[in-house]
Amino acid sequence: MHLAPALMSYKILIVEDSKASREFIASTVESVDGVEAFATSTGFEALKLLSRQRFDLIITDINMPGINGLELINFVKKSPSYHQTPLFVITTEGRSQDRDKGLALGAAEYLVKPFERKYLEGLLLRYLKSA
Amino acid sequence: VNVSTKGVSDFVEEATEVLEAVLRELAELDRAKGKPLDPDLLNRIFRAAHSLKGLAAMFGEERIAQLSHHAEDVLDRLRLGRLELSSEVLEALTETMEVCQLLLFETARGEHSAAATARATELGGRLAGFSDQAPPEGADPLDLLELDSQVRNVLTEYEEHRLRENVQQGLAVWKVRAVFDLADFDQGLARLSSKLRQFGEVISTLPSSDPGTGSVIAFDILFGSTVSGDKLKTSLTDLPTSVDALLEGREPPTPPTTPLAARTPPRPPPPPAPEATVPSAPPPQPEKTSEADPRPPSQRPARTAVAQTVRVEIGKLDSLMDAVGELLRVKANVARLAERSGEPNQGARLQALRSELHRESRLLERKLGELQKGILEVRMVPLGQTFDKLERMIRRMAHSAGKEVGLNITGAEVQLDKLILEALSDPLIHLLRNAIDHGIEAPEAREQQGKSRQGLVSIKAMQQGNQVVIEISDDGRGLDPERIRQVALEKGLLSLEQAARFSIAELQSLIFLPGFSTASQVSELSGRGVGLDVAKTNIGQLSGTIETRSQIGKGTTFTITLPETLAVIRALVVSVSGRTYALPANAVLEIATIEQSEVRTVERREVIRVGGRTIPFARLSRLLGLPSQPRARQHVLVVGRPHRRLAVAVDELLGHHDVVIKPLRGRLRQIPGIAGATDLGDQSPVLVLDMGSIAEEDINPESRAEVL
Repeated sequence: MHLAPALMSYKILIVEDSKASREFIASTVESVDGVEAFATSTGFEALKLLSRQRFDLIITDINMPGINGLELINFVKKSPSYHQTPLFVITTEGRSQDRDKGLALGAAEYLVKPFERKYLEGLLLRYLKSA
Repeated sequence: VNVSTKGVSDFVEEATEVLEAVLRELAELDRAKGKPLDPDLLNRIFRAAHSLKGLAAMFGEERIAQLSHHAEDVLDRLRLGRLELSSEVLEALTETMEVCQLLLFETARGEHSAAATARATELGGRLAGFSDQAPPEGADPLDLLELDSQVRNVLTEYEEHRLRENVQQGLAVWKVRAVFDLADFDQGLARLSSKLRQFGEVISTLPSSDPGTGSVIAFDILFGSTVSGDKLKTSLTDLPTSVDALLEGREPPTPPTTPLAARTPPRPPPPPAPEATVPSAPPPQPEKTSEADPRPPSQRPARTAVAQTVRVEIGKLDSLMDAVGELLRVKANVARLAERSGEPNQGARLQALRSELHRESRLLERKLGELQKGILEVRMVPLGQTFDKLERMIRRMAHSAGKEVGLNITGAEVQLDKLILEALSDPLIHLLRNAIDHGIEAPEAREQQGKSRQGLVSIKAMQQGNQVVIEISDDGRGLDPERIRQVALEKGLLSLEQAARFSIAELQSLIFLPGFSTASQVSELSGRGVGLDVAKTNIGQLSGTIETRSQIGKGTTFTITLPETLAVIRALVVSVSGRTYALPANAVLEIATIEQSEVRTVERREVIRVGGRTIPFARLSRLLGLPSQPRARQHVLVVGRPHRRLAVAVDELLGHHDVVIKPLRGRLRQIPGIAGATDLGDQSPVLVLDMGSIAEEDINPESRAEVL
């Protein structure tokens, strides 16, 4: 799948504490041409990465120890350098309260596990093209 | 979802770790019964179930996803205080995780059995059947807090619940703001969090971009505690923090009769305010605060340990070990060459070369030893891993057999080769089932005999040199020699003549014969068909031995002796009737050379005297069903255990070798008397004999000859 001209590259931050799930998302993201995935398991690491580097899109889980996904969204949406960056939350079925809070805080999309690779790819294309 | 095999093995690996951790934590929850519920522990279990579900769903493992979904739901309700933690709930959760392990096992092997699916469905139904308790009435305690809506918006449902719990218990709620340098905020934050945890519960950590400058980052930590504001402030002076009270601690502490407090786990009451302290009162602070720590320090090392562990496929270690085996062989060759080069009358140069060769060969030997030791250590795992599993199983077995059984485990730290431990699990389960099913009497029967209602099963592991001894004992009814005699006669396992002359110990050892079972009815627990003989064969294949000691009415002890590792053993190589065999050197107690004339016949049995003791004598050729040529002088190996020795004659002793034992496959695998195969460096395979069972079979020989 082609998204960007050869030299262009989009950077995507993935924050998800389950390893297999993180790698699944990362590999899906990287299957899109011109996209580079940065994956981490904690909100703390995510903050560090955000302070060092620009990201074009952020995908985060909600239930994580330490800084949870909602707190991360809140931080990102208030940060002058990131408030425009599209953000997807990953939720699990049945946790609608958390999901709704995520959307209320400014998440652009939510993904309910389990989701298809195709679905995430579609979302990426839509949001990165308009970025 | 299309995932590669690598994906599946990743899934299996991570799910295995998750399940092991959850089972450990559920056991911890069970041990803490009656104590205040540790919210962090419960939350960890919930989170693990949550990620298991996500994982399974992601990889299309429908059965695990479904079941862990039910478990997650129950755990979610538990941690949100909607469901009460009863022993039924705990039991169902534990069983769920075990069934998940089973399902995972099938996944790993590409299987999908209907039986496992049925168990999963049944458990899912059971979990879904637990119903919520009545919701608390009255105003939301969170409304008491001066919490701005922005903060509330970023709390997950669970964090809200924890906050509510803290408020209901009358604890003070603080907002601690800390500002750190962006470069190393994680260290500062970790220090702050661990300091705060000494005094109470860190409910939420909110990063804030408020300061607006690029180089610092602020955090608001919501914190529930019994500690006073002054004390909190003084203990945080070395950290860049400011403290705001969102809610003052209530005083006096919550009376335990209010409906809300009654359904929430009791928590330590807040300590009296400083001005209210009576001088004579003991200073309660240190103990109180440590109790308030929702995460006892003892839980932390376990998590670190997991993080610092590397999972290695045992196959990789095996191939490393094979390489070591090869190197050991090369070393032996080098040593031999060094030896041969030592013929006299050689030039000084050659002499120098020779001593150099010797030196290098010794160095090689030392390094190989280190390498071997290193690999062996990596293979070692503590027995505790298996004991944890057994503990749960025993609880369940006792429950379904209607017995009261206490368990005493010692030596969980003793280490054993992972492969041995894995293979040992079935025989151990079998012995424990026997102990509970046939050993321990029903509570009423015990009382009538003046015993405590509760029976005791002990598992005791000890390291003895390079062997590991595991004792399984019960204080039940013991093995009745008369009954064994009767059954063995009925089943034709014993001749009348043998029945008359066998000692009690000999009779008791008959329980290991195939086809022997004293249980008059087959219970659900012990099952049918698999007897102690299978356990014995399994242990024999591990180059181990099992024996039993029992006193009627007092109990039974099974003693399993195993080599610490199977990977490399020192073997004695012998030849019999022109064939070569290896046998574990540690099985040989003594080596002697005798004349044929020293063999005497006592009570129709050949015996010899070795070291002042009379020992039954047998020729290995006969034991193996091989033709034998009588020899005037022969080598005799004394094998067996202290009270059951056997002197075995062989034709020649070919020396000691360090060998890597390979298990046999296919139909050869189940033959008693054979521990495996090896090669001595010349590529031709040599069988490794299991001397323990060969010595035993001298009592009851079976036809094994055809395969040898």
